[in-house]
Amino acid sequence: MSAKPMVSVTHARKVFDVSQPWLERVLSGQDKQMLVAVDDVSFTIKKGETFALVGESGSGKSTVARMVTGLLPASSGTFSIDHVPLDPEHGYPLALRRRLQMIFQDPYASLDPRWRVGQIIAEPMKAFGLASNKDEERARVSQLLKLVGLDPADAVKFPHQFSGGQRQRIAIARALASDADVIVCDEPTSALDVSVQAQILNLMKDLQRDLGLTLLFISHNLAVVRYMADVIGVMYLGRLVEVARVETLFAQPRHPYTRMLLDAVPDLAMTGRSRQPVQGEVPNPISPPSGCTFHPRCPLANARCQTEIPLMVDGVACHAVQENRKA
Amino acid sequence: MTSPSVTSPVLELRNLVVEFVTRHGTLRALDGISFSIAPGEVLGVVGESGAGKSLTGAAVIGLLEPPGRIASGEVLLAGQRIDHLPIEELRHIRGKRIGTIFQDPLTSLDPLYRVGEQLIETIRTHLPVSEQEARARAIALLAEVGIPAPEKRIDGYPHEFSGGMRQRVVIALALAAEPELIIADEPTTALDVSVQAQIIAVLKKLCRERGTAVMLITHDMGVIAETADRVAVMYAGRVIEIGPVRDVVKSPKHPYAKGLMGSIPALDERPERLLQIEGAMPRLNAIPQGCSFHPRCPHVMPRCHEARPVLATVGAGQVACFLHEVGQ
Repeated sequence: MSAKPMVSVTHARKVFDVSQPWLERVLSGQDKQMLVAVDDVSFTIKKGETFALVGESGSGKSTVARMVTGLLPASSGTFSIDHVPLDPEHGYPLALRRRLQMIFQDPYASLDPRWRVGQIIAEPMKAFGLASNKDEERARVSQLLKLVGLDPADAVKFPHQFSGGQRQRIAIARALASDADVIVCDEPTSALDVSVQAQILNLMKDLQRDLGLTLLFISHNLAVVRYMADVIGVMYLGRLVEVARVETLFAQPRHPYTRMLLDAVPDLAMTGRSRQPVQGEVPNPISPPSGCTFHPRCPLANARCQTEIPLMVDGVACHAVQENRKA
Repeated sequence: MTSPSVTSPVLELRNLVVEFVTRHGTLRALDGISFSIAPGEVLGVVGESGAGKSLTGAAVIGLLEPPGRIASGEVLLAGQRIDHLPIEELRHIRGKRIGTIFQDPLTSLDPLYRVGEQLIETIRTHLPVSEQEARARAIALLAEVGIPAPEKRIDGYPHEFSGGMRQRVVIALALAAEPELIIADEPTTALDVSVQAQIIAVLKKLCRERGTAVMLITHDMGVIAETADRVAVMYAGRVIEIGPVRDVVKSPKHPYAKGLMGSIPALDERPERLLQIEGAMPRLNAIPQGCSFHPRCPHVMPRCHEARPVLATVGAGQVACFLHEVGQ
């Protein structure tokens, strides 16, 4: 386990201004409203490993993914890929941008409907000047299509001629076209049926093994994450609450939120067993609870949790765990 | 209340066929669906997009969108045919005897009316009670589905409720007139997992207490495993396997059901690879001859290309597959 970190994120923070328009705000005497979508998130991903971010809607996992890729400027924090830092003004240097690609949730929206599949896949090669002539480009497109389980003859077709699963394969081929070795996947199978999801997850695992890809994998589905990840980060209201290797997290979840989440997931193996009823819902992130944001739902919370934000110590950010509090 | 005899199922479908007449010919979306649901029973209907799950629900409550129509077969509610009733009578059955819960709670509620008004209107449409009685009943219902401070929340508008709370209101609406049957179409799909569990617990508890039968349509096998008593697996407009939840989930018989269960990543173990079924569900205008699953089936036999297997009893359930034909 001495692999160097391929991706490194330190103290990432993103604040969105969700205020009313200026005039309305002045007329009604309201203050500016800020939404802290991501706060103090730090993690590293080793080369060739998969780091998964899980959490419920609004936990900030997609915002982290977008900041890592440089698509969304961070409010503060530093990001680097293979020790090359992200410049807040200019993004990553061109040579690195080639190595970083993204796969999105909805393959119906992420492929241009007016482009042929061959053009879509060849675009990153053109953008980075990777193919010296048309023949080379065509040969590489055929090779990529085969790699993701499609027919080289599919290059002349349009995206609408493919099913959701096949489109996601095209998106994967496009991500690999520039020889990327870091791929950020934002809910890549959430829009797909389970049998198709299995095909795509298997494909991604095979490609990762064969090409040595490093993956940042965003998902709300714990079972999918269990299958894909090496290390898992659990997010709640913009903060990482627990980071652990996949076997450890599922065998011994430590943070009360992780435990609650694992209890809440319906699973095939649970036939007949009724679940731990979970209390409450995710609070509004515009006015999050004080202290540890999980305290109103936490069975172990006490006065300290209401005032003091817990810091990440040894993979878990929780006063109760650090004090060894028992229910 | 009319009490059906002990043995008669709340809902029975007999060979239901739904067709869409289009310019390019007639498309058969549901092809001979038969199943029944007993009082107090939860039947899970599962399958992937396009299998016909939601269409089955829509056909039962008579909400097929034209050009869709029931071409043949029967829908029986407590032994009485309802598929050929005039719209007016069917409208009375909907809401009174059949409650519905849809995926998106925000679109099931009218944003311009307070939730109390919507509940009271539903109650008074179907039950002969006064405004005050209806309001008291509405508050009791909101309390039953787990909404805190119902006497205050009853005057809130839908946008003032969170997603999970809204779905609770929708469940209260569905239960308002004491229906015999509830059709829940992906009731938890739009919700976060921690809220999903709460909604399922509420639905399950209320149906058990009241003896309401539930047709639970979902693509989430985890939800089914936990909630349903029996499961029907659909593929390309047909039921290919139906049986007790334990059997279908733990030891599915039909090759498609096997593939479907195997392709779901589990929480308690990490397989080297997920089982995968090659290909995708056929489109309605290109349903293969013979068994509609044969092009994707790992056990395909020459017969499967020509003849269509029908549901036959295997163990405690029924399977439509030549591999499981008894006496062959």
